[in-house]
Amino acid sequence: MKKKKRGLTLEQKEGLQGYIFILPWLFGLVAFTAGPLLFSLAASFTNYNITSRMDFIGFDNYIRMFSSDSLFWISLGNTLYFVVFSVPLTTIGAVLISVLMNQKVPGMRVFRTIYYLPAVLSGVGVYLLWMQLLSPNTGLVNTILSWVGIQGPAWLFDPNWTKPAIIFMSLWKVGGSMLLYLASMQGVPQSLYEAAEIDGANPFRRFWHITLPMITPIIFFDVVTSTIGGFQVFQEAYVMTESGEGGPANSLVFFNLHMWNKAFVAFDMGYAMGMSWILFIIVFILTFINLKLAPRWVHYEGGK
Amino acid sequence: MSIWNKSYYESVKVKKRMSNTIIFIVLLAGSVLLLSPIWWMFATSVKDMQEIMAFPPTFWPNDWYWINYPETLKAAPFIRYTFNTLFLTMIAVFANTLANSFIAYGFAKIRFKGREVFFAILLATMMLPAFVTMIPHYVMFAKLGWLNTYLPLIIPQFFGGAFFIFLLRQFFRTIPNELTEAAKIDGASHFYIWARIILPLSKPAIATVAIFTFNGAWNDFIGPLLYLNDESLYTLQIGLQVFRGQVSTQWNYLMAGSLMVLLPVIILFFIFQRYFIEGMNLTAGSKG
Repeated sequence: MKKKKRGLTLEQKEGLQGYIFILPWLFGLVAFTAGPLLFSLAASFTNYNITSRMDFIGFDNYIRMFSSDSLFWISLGNTLYFVVFSVPLTTIGAVLISVLMNQKVPGMRVFRTIYYLPAVLSGVGVYLLWMQLLSPNTGLVNTILSWVGIQGPAWLFDPNWTKPAIIFMSLWKVGGSMLLYLASMQGVPQSLYEAAEIDGANPFRRFWHITLPMITPIIFFDVVTSTIGGFQVFQEAYVMTESGEGGPANSLVFFNLHMWNKAFVAFDMGYAMGMSWILFIIVFILTFINLKLAPRWVHYEGGK
Repeated sequence: MSIWNKSYYESVKVKKRMSNTIIFIVLLAGSVLLLSPIWWMFATSVKDMQEIMAFPPTFWPNDWYWINYPETLKAAPFIRYTFNTLFLTMIAVFANTLANSFIAYGFAKIRFKGREVFFAILLATMMLPAFVTMIPHYVMFAKLGWLNTYLPLIIPQFFGGAFFIFLLRQFFRTIPNELTEAAKIDGASHFYIWARIILPLSKPAIATVAIFTFNGAWNDFIGPLLYLNDESLYTLQIGLQVFRGQVSTQWNYLMAGSLMVLLPVIILFFIFQRYFIEGMNLTAGSKG
């Protein structure tokens, strides 16, 4: 009796310690994730401007977004354009390169280093570099194109070519996910390939029927994360256009750039937080669809 | 039957060697393409403007203006920016390795009620775009009077990041439970086990977190852009953006500045690349 009443059981003590260890994260979850999410949801129904006013205005922000803010639709379109092209291109590119690298070619480790290097470089320096590389007359990209007889476009100065320019730039960093694919390909049991070879399967069939199914979990992970990442495209447009204005003919006004300008230039914060919830909902729906579609094509070994 | 005959094997070998040669050449060409921007950045940084504007452009500079580098350093307080950036980066590395390994230990090695639910929430937060919470963060830090200080860039780092917690938890789980159980029987507390057993055994994973954090903090642009106004607080990324406004299209100075900002990352990458690759293997391994 006495023992039972005094203090906690061993199991409870253990459990308490568990909470102590995850406490910093729990605090962060409330203070930096859940709280801000709720605040922005509530504030999106107000005309909040951070300093003086915060009046409830119902769905006005959302109505304004959908009916009278043409930049909202332009920014959404620009962002979708970027995601629709950059996600498949970088995924396919990364898979192809890792397949090549997975053949026991001499110097593989050196190649791996070289291909990965651009992925660790980021920030303003990289954007400035690409502005120079994409310079219409004297940049490296158009110089190389001219060798094969192609007259390169004006890239960042031509509204039709600004987004392809940004997508092109993202392909330079394809080595980041390449490394993920390579790591997972090296985990494919060699015996599978040997068996297939004895059965007379050619390299293409071996790729299609062994390598590809085995790396589908990584493709899935890559597609989900790069879709979410794609919707956050911002810095490229902010740095590579004059003072974040969004390039010629608004062609680089991405969703987050528009949101940024609404929040921190116009201080139309209630409206901007409404936009952030639209972004949240879009990303949530796409992730949900991805998760639902996954069982149809993602191959988990041993039904894990 | 002919599979086992010698000439078949020979032909397979020859074919294999040929396809390997082709792959080698393709990869080599790709390497040249991928590295050429970095060479171009360097070459541009030592040219004068006349040569940069000349057509056709030169791959190997005619004249080498090393003076562009001291000129660039003179044009903006890059030394100051470097110290600021280093300060923020070091704190970020310290905070992230400490907090994330602590939290990850709880998820990996202690049984408690609701652990799986909390871990699922943690995974879900990885899917949350950072821009969704950015404006409320700004409002919160503004109300706390933290604008134009380093606090908004430092304090949140002490509460862990979902991806790093996930990564470290995966690694900690590969450390046999017998080790921690044995220590517990000897009367060791979880705090002791975390600090004295798990951390020393997890150096590669901790190094991976440190290196990713360094890279992220060094390259962080949005945070400093949002929170810092005083030039004396600027980091290299903001400094570079401001510098660009000053020298506009002086590409030699811009490339010299960019290269100086990128160089520490490039050097670090070559020294510690195995930790980058380790991080990728951990991520890939846990998804497969």
